[in-house]
Amino acid sequence: MTEPILKIRGLKAGVVDRSILNGIDLTIFPGETHALMGPNGSGKSTLAAVLAGREGYEVTDGEVWYAGKNLLELDPEDRAKEGLFLAFQYPVEIPGVNSTYFLKAAYNELRKYRGEPELDAADFLNFVKARVKLLELDESLLRRPVNEGFSGGEKKRNEIFQMAVLEPKLAILDETDSGLDIDALKIVANGVCKLRNAHNAQLVITHYQRLLNYIVPDRVHVLSEGRIVQSGDKELAMELEERGYDWLTKEAATA
Amino acid sequence: MAHSDEMDQVVSSLLDRAVVDGVESKRLQAMRETARAHFVERGIPPIEEEDWRFTNLGALRELSLHPAGHPQAGSISPNVLQRLPLSTIPGNRLVFLNGYFIRRLSSIVEEDGVQALSLAEALSKHSALCERYLGHAVQSHETPFAALNTALFKDGAFLHISAGKTVREPLHLVFLSTEEDTEQTHYPRNLIVVEGGAHVTLTESYHGAGASSGLTCSATELIVGEGARVEHVKVQDENESRFHLGAVAVQMARESQVRVHSLALGAKLSRTTIYAGLVGQGVECLLNGLYIPRNSQLADHFTIVDNAAPHGISHEYFNGILAGQSRGVFHGRIIVRPGAQKTDAKQTNKNLLLSDTATIDTKPQLEIYADDVKCTHGTTVGQLNPESLFYMRARGLPLEMARHLLIVAFAEEILNRIRNEDIRGALSEVISKRLGSDAEVRYD
Repeated sequence: MTEPILKIRGLKAGVVDRSILNGIDLTIFPGETHALMGPNGSGKSTLAAVLAGREGYEVTDGEVWYAGKNLLELDPEDRAKEGLFLAFQYPVEIPGVNSTYFLKAAYNELRKYRGEPELDAADFLNFVKARVKLLELDESLLRRPVNEGFSGGEKKRNEIFQMAVLEPKLAILDETDSGLDIDALKIVANGVCKLRNAHNAQLVITHYQRLLNYIVPDRVHVLSEGRIVQSGDKELAMELEERGYDWLTKEAATA
Repeated sequence: MAHSDEMDQVVSSLLDRAVVDGVESKRLQAMRETARAHFVERGIPPIEEEDWRFTNLGALRELSLHPAGHPQAGSISPNVLQRLPLSTIPGNRLVFLNGYFIRRLSSIVEEDGVQALSLAEALSKHSALCERYLGHAVQSHETPFAALNTALFKDGAFLHISAGKTVREPLHLVFLSTEEDTEQTHYPRNLIVVEGGAHVTLTESYHGAGASSGLTCSATELIVGEGARVEHVKVQDENESRFHLGAVAVQMARESQVRVHSLALGAKLSRTTIYAGLVGQGVECLLNGLYIPRNSQLADHFTIVDNAAPHGISHEYFNGILAGQSRGVFHGRIIVRPGAQKTDAKQTNKNLLLSDTATIDTKPQLEIYADDVKCTHGTTVGQLNPESLFYMRARGLPLEMARHLLIVAFAEEILNRIRNEDIRGALSEVISKRLGSDAEVRYD
C-alpha cells in the first residue's frame, strides 16, 4: 500500500495559555487534494503554522508523520527541504532582499539537500522565467525585493509562483484565496492545478467554497474548536456554502 | 585643571618646534595658536559634557598625544595595500603612513585641472590656496579634536580640482598605521578644494595594518564651489585597539551638491564628526552613514547640518548594526539659522541590535531659527523581524543565512546610496563578509 504523505494522529497544540487544536486526525496520500474549512478561530491557520514549524506554538499531544519522518522534530528549514511548503496567508515583505536571489538561495538549498548540483544565476533565471508566466506575473517582480510594494493579489500569486519553483511534495495553502478578485483567483487556482501530480498533495485551507470550484478537492474536512467534526467529498463544501457552519458546529457540541 | 597644564605642555612644545622649523606662514602659526588655546582650555571632554555624554574618552588620558614621527622606510610591506578593501578600485591613490605622505606607495597620474599632493608640500607650493582655505570649514568650537589636529598636524593630503573639471576616476586617500605594535598618535589633515562646477569622487580610508594602538585624530576640510558636485566616502577601518576621532567638515557654496558617506567598521572607540556648512543658497547635501560595531567597540557619529542660506536640502540617513557588547552613538544636530527659509532637512537613524548586550544612544537635536522650514527626524531601534526569519526558513533557508540576508539588507540601504559603482561594490563585499560572522555568532 502507498505510504501517506501526511499522517496526523491526535494532535493537540496551542499557545502558552490556550489550547487551540484539540485532537486532529488527518491522513493525506500522494495525488490527493484535501480542503480544510471551518469558521474563524476554529484552528485552521494554527494547524498550518504547527505543520510549518512556526515558533510560539506548543504541541502537547499527538504526532505528525510526514513522508515517513517525525515532522515535529524538524526545523522549519528542514521541513521545507523535505518538500513541505506553506503558502502564507500574509506573505512577509522583506525590503532589501532581492526576489530572485532569495528564491535561488531557497532552490539551491533544496538541491544541495537532495545531493543535486546547484544552479548558477543564468540557468536559474531561465528556469524561473518560465514559471513566472504560469502565474501570469510580471517578470519585473523578480528584480524587486521580496513582496515589497506588491499588491495583496500579487503577494498571493507570488506565493504560488514560489511553489511552482520549489515543487513541493506537500503544499499547504493558507487562505490563499482571501483578498483575491475572481480573475486572480482563477490564475492562482490554475497554477495550483497545473502543479498537481500523482506524487504530491495539497492541503487547501479556505473559508469559502468558491476556490474549490477551481481546485477540486478529493476530501473536505470541517474544523471546529480544534477538531475535525465532519469529513466528506466535494459535495460537503457545497452544502457548507448553502447552510453555513452552524449546523455542524452545533452537532459537534451536542455530540 | 591639572590636566590642562599637561595638555598645554604637550601642545606648546610641539608648536615651538613647528616655529623653529620655520616653514610655516604667520597665518598658520596664528591659527595653530588659537586652536591650541581652544583645545587646552577645554581639555579632553568629560562625559559630563552634553555632546560627550555617551562616549567616554577616559582611556584617552592614558595615551600620549605626541604625534608619531616620520615612519621608517620599509615599515610597511606594499602587499598590505593590495589587501585593503578599496584596493581594486581604479583611480589615483595617495598613501599615508602614520599620517605622513609616502610617495613610493602612492600612484598619481598627472591630469590637467587636478592637483594631488601632500599637504606639507602644498603649504609651500600652493601657499596662496592654503592660506585662503585652510581652517575655513572646520569649526573648532564644535569639534575640539579638529582643533587639536589644527594645532598639531604635520601632513595629509591636498587636493585641488579646477573650475568645471570632471574627474572621471575617484581619488583615494589611504591612511595606514605601521605594523609595529606600539602606541602612536596620528594627525592627518586633508584640504580638498573643489572649484565651481567641478565634479569629483573621493575616498578617505583609515586602516590599521598591524596591532598598533593609539589615536588617529584626523580632520578633512572639503571646500565645495558653486554648482560643484562631490561624492566623498570615508571608511574608518582601524584595528580594534585604536581610537579614531575624525572630522569631515564641508563648506558648500551656492547650488553645490555633496554626498558624504561615512562607514565606521573598526577601532576600539571612534567618533566621526561631520559638519556640513550649507553656506550658499539651494544646496543639496546627503550625509549617509553605517556603523557596525561588535565585541566591545564603540562607534559614534556626530553630525551637524548648519543651514545658513535659503532653499537648502539636506538628508541624513544613518543605520547601525550592533553586535556583542558594542555601543553605538548617533547625535544629529540640525541648525537652521535666521534667514535660511525653505530649508528642507530630514534625518533618519535606524538601529538593529543583534544581541541583548549591545546598546545604542541616539539623539536628534533641532535648533530652528527660521519659520518657513521643513525639518523632520526619526529613530528606530529593533531586532531582526521574527516573521521575516520564519518566512525565509519556511522556504528552506537556514536560520544563519536568513539572518545574514536581513542584516546585509539593512546595511545595503545605506551602501546603495553610494553612486560610484566600483566603490559601492567593493564596500558591499567587505561589509557583507564582516556581517557574516555576526550572523553565525548568533546561531542558536
